[in-house]
Amino acid sequence: MHDLAQQIVSGLATGSIFASLALALVLIYRSMGVINFAQGEMAMFTTFIAWQLVQQGLPIWAAFALTIVVAFVGGVALEVVLIRPVERAAPLTIVIVTLGLLITLNGLAGLFWGYVVKPFPTPFPTTPIHVGSVSFSAQDIGIILVSLAALGIITLFFQKTKLGLAMRAAALYPDESRVLGIRVSRMLALGWGLAAVMGAISGIMVAPVVFLDPNMMQGIIVYAFAAAVLGGIESPLGAVIGGLVLGVVLNLLGTYVEAIGTDLRLGVAFAIIVVVLLFRPAGLFGRVGTQRV
Amino acid sequence: MMSSPRIDRRIGIAIVALAIVILPWVLPAYGSFELTYVGAYAIAILGLVILTGLSGQISLGHGAFLAVGGYTVAILGQHAGVPYWLSICAAGVICGLLGLAIGLVASRLEGVYLALSTFALAVATPSILKHFKGLTGGSGGITLPTIAAPGALHAGLSPEQWLYYLTWAIAGLLFFVASSLLRGRIGRSLRALRDNEVAAVSFGVSPSYYKTLAFGWSAAYAGIAGALVAVATAFVSPDSYGFAVSLALVTGAVLGGLDSLWGALIGAVIIEFLPLWAQKISSAAPSIVYGLALIVVMLFAPGGIAGFFRRVVVDLRRRLPTHSRRPL
Amino acid sequence: MKLGVRQLALAALAAVFALAATAGPSAPVGAAGDPGLSSTEIVLGGTHPFSGPASAYGAYGKGVEAYFAYVNDHGGVNGRKITYKDLDDGYSPPQAVQLVRQLVEDDHVFAMFNTLGTPVNTAIRPYLNQKEVPQLFVASGASTWGRDSAKFPWTIGWQPNYQSESILYAQNLLKEHPNAKIGVLYQNDDYGQDYLDGLNKGLGAKKNLIVKAASYEVTDPDVSSQIAGLKAAGADTFFIFATPKFSSQALAIAAQQSWHPTIYLNNVSSSQTTMRAATTAAGAAATNGVITTLYSKDPGDPKWAADSGMKLYMEIMAKYVPGADTANGYYLNAMGVAFTMVDALTKAGKEITRRKLMDTAEHLRETNNPFLLPGIVVETTPSMRFPITQEQLVRYDNGQFKAFGPLVDARALIGSELR
Repeated sequence: MHDLAQQIVSGLATGSIFASLALALVLIYRSMGVINFAQGEMAMFTTFIAWQLVQQGLPIWAAFALTIVVAFVGGVALEVVLIRPVERAAPLTIVIVTLGLLITLNGLAGLFWGYVVKPFPTPFPTTPIHVGSVSFSAQDIGIILVSLAALGIITLFFQKTKLGLAMRAAALYPDESRVLGIRVSRMLALGWGLAAVMGAISGIMVAPVVFLDPNMMQGIIVYAFAAAVLGGIESPLGAVIGGLVLGVVLNLLGTYVEAIGTDLRLGVAFAIIVVVLLFRPAGLFGRVGTQRV
Repeated sequence: MMSSPRIDRRIGIAIVALAIVILPWVLPAYGSFELTYVGAYAIAILGLVILTGLSGQISLGHGAFLAVGGYTVAILGQHAGVPYWLSICAAGVICGLLGLAIGLVASRLEGVYLALSTFALAVATPSILKHFKGLTGGSGGITLPTIAAPGALHAGLSPEQWLYYLTWAIAGLLFFVASSLLRGRIGRSLRALRDNEVAAVSFGVSPSYYKTLAFGWSAAYAGIAGALVAVATAFVSPDSYGFAVSLALVTGAVLGGLDSLWGALIGAVIIEFLPLWAQKISSAAPSIVYGLALIVVMLFAPGGIAGFFRRVVVDLRRRLPTHSRRPL
Repeated sequence: MKLGVRQLALAALAAVFALAATAGPSAPVGAAGDPGLSSTEIVLGGTHPFSGPASAYGAYGKGVEAYFAYVNDHGGVNGRKITYKDLDDGYSPPQAVQLVRQLVEDDHVFAMFNTLGTPVNTAIRPYLNQKEVPQLFVASGASTWGRDSAKFPWTIGWQPNYQSESILYAQNLLKEHPNAKIGVLYQNDDYGQDYLDGLNKGLGAKKNLIVKAASYEVTDPDVSSQIAGLKAAGADTFFIFATPKFSSQALAIAAQQSWHPTIYLNNVSSSQTTMRAATTAAGAAATNGVITTLYSKDPGDPKWAADSGMKLYMEIMAKYVPGADTANGYYLNAMGVAFTMVDALTKAGKEITRRKLMDTAEHLRETNNPFLLPGIVVETTPSMRFPITQEQLVRYDNGQFKAFGPLVDARALIGSELR
């Protein structure tokens, strides 16, 4: 019995990893209807920058803050240089550009920092926490709390601020928004900057658990996509809930269904993506009927 | 007045065919071997050109069909002693059927959603292959018998030459089939759907029928290509069918040019030799060169190399007077 | 779908030029007839993954290149400089197969050396043996390199093979904890499976001591689910057959889930960097008492700082691979195998042929490898073609690997268990 509880708790912990990256994916999709295959690598790269800053002697919080600024600037720069020229091109072009970015960032990270796995500093204490027969780490709680906080901030931003409203308008009705005086290109660049920031946060939170190396996000990105799709690829709330649900479901299936075992987890993620996109593309929490593509 | 483009095309095909026939006698054995892979990849990329260029479906997961084709040949050859010309056909059929089944689902998914789904499939392929280890032999992989020319041709051809001609003969046949089908009703319907779906539907052209068909067709081609690659390598293992393979196929199609069957040939040459070129530029990080090449081509020449050349030729034609236009 | 003549001709020309561009300058052919040999140069070939998901192992290629550069700067081997043509195969067998043919037929290498990965080496082995090109000291711990040497006499491994390592752990376990309940975490590929097979063989009749074996994929974000399952199955002994990242995770997560079994960790991850990562994440309890084996010196371990072999390593790294992370044991292991290669070349003599080199590799006895633990002998005979079979069992204790017992030699085991 305590195995079930532990599996669920571990599933929530793993799921929160998916959720944090899924939030970044949702941000990009909401701001310009693009699926950014390079999101994981952007997150990994900025996490390495944070690591480098700590190595140079910066205290942890200063390093994290500086990394977030760098991530924002980097995200905006990528949008202006790489995405804006092909904004109106066929979906395939943008897909290939993000794939090219994925490969390039991975190669650059390997070139600059090598492939030896590195521990990543965490502000949370490392002693495990016990609740009954279930154990987990403070880091696990930290990831969930930070993801929820980010979710809250993002939701407030989009619903309650003028800038957030402008971004939503620019994404949904670009031409009308221009007429209204909204600088659509600026909104798109902002979207990328914010998504890069969310990715950096995700990487920084996740690296202490999975350890830092250039291939850190390559497994996670597929699960993050599945989480985003499941929850609704336009819904930040959906990303978080989708991530947590996915983590738990994968653990339970892997442990209790012999036919699936641990080697079909990716297969399950794939199946979830396909089934949800087929039958309810808006996911659990998205608005039904919105078609961007 | 004879139509210039058609003669041009026939002359072009003849030149390429002649080059293909002559090359194994001019090149060393490893050169023929590498061009064999080019032939196999050209088949797979041709399938993608049809799928993505014509029917507009983005697949980032066609490596899965390469895997099924490769494993079909390996399993039939190793466990049932089936001669590989037969198992290559089987690979095509099995992948075609599988592709039709997947196509039924794929045709209902919009552009980037399909890209996302096939991306997940590509990443999941190695672990799925390992899961069915009773069939696939698990992570150890399966070794195939080494290639040898059949009896009658043994004296004249080295194994590498034999495999080369086998591969290019199959490639030539499949290109010809594709070209013919695309000139006919299938091609017209696909082009109509691509250019104006609403109008096409009103003429009775069913999008899901043709999209599914294109998916099955491209899957069959990828399966045959995978079978040929497996025969050449004489070894299949799950970890060689990861995302990198599907990515290579897509980039070959895109860099070669999605508007033209010839783009598949150019794309195959690129994905075969670009990693080698990248190593010469920077042995530290070939992947950086690869990624940057993708980005640069997409930003500056989205029609791929074939599209780029077409623009050049159209430009030249417009500037230079030609005999057929101006009587002396 | 139409094209003009120019485009089609250009496509054909592109193919030919592409091929020409890949042809490197031809290497010299020796008077004796074996390619890759001149009075001043010997050409070796290799493939390593410098790109793709396995690129961490590219460090092996770099380490080998560095050692050869050092040897060349000190006169070379029997008056010849070593040229090592090391290409990126992306850990892909189809890619490796093509590159190897190119190295043999175009670059005319004398021998292949330290090609990396079990699937890669399996794929290239038939061709190299058919062409009678030595496939020396492959970077893989699979037992097939020694076991199938009758069928593939031109292929030989180097590092201790995974199965014999598992057998050593099994022997230790049967002696110290004969009633253990064993849980195994293994990477779901040929390497992890090999370790598990070895453990089963080593336990023999007692393999039912294994209460649960859980696998993980390299695409898994973490192994928390697997560990929870092993703990729930009641295991009090934990075998970790995982690469460094997942080993660090496994150690940390086990501690976090308050599970403190006796832990046996595979040699692949027995480095200070792995242990420190786990300790940083979950405290000293995560790593104290972990049992593993060592056969080479760990550059991340300060106890070797004054050792002459380690000093040599640091000197070579500083000069030939500046800026690299010297704590990465892959570089040092690579130098270890490069030392054996140079040793074999030296012992084969100036009048060297492929056959002679292979004979030397089959009759090797090397006691002075500066990168291996003192007392380890690199030794082969025609019927015993596993060069390194000794390992030292160590226990991790408060930041130090402490040896216990003598160097154990799996040579006797290999005879009976693996043939």
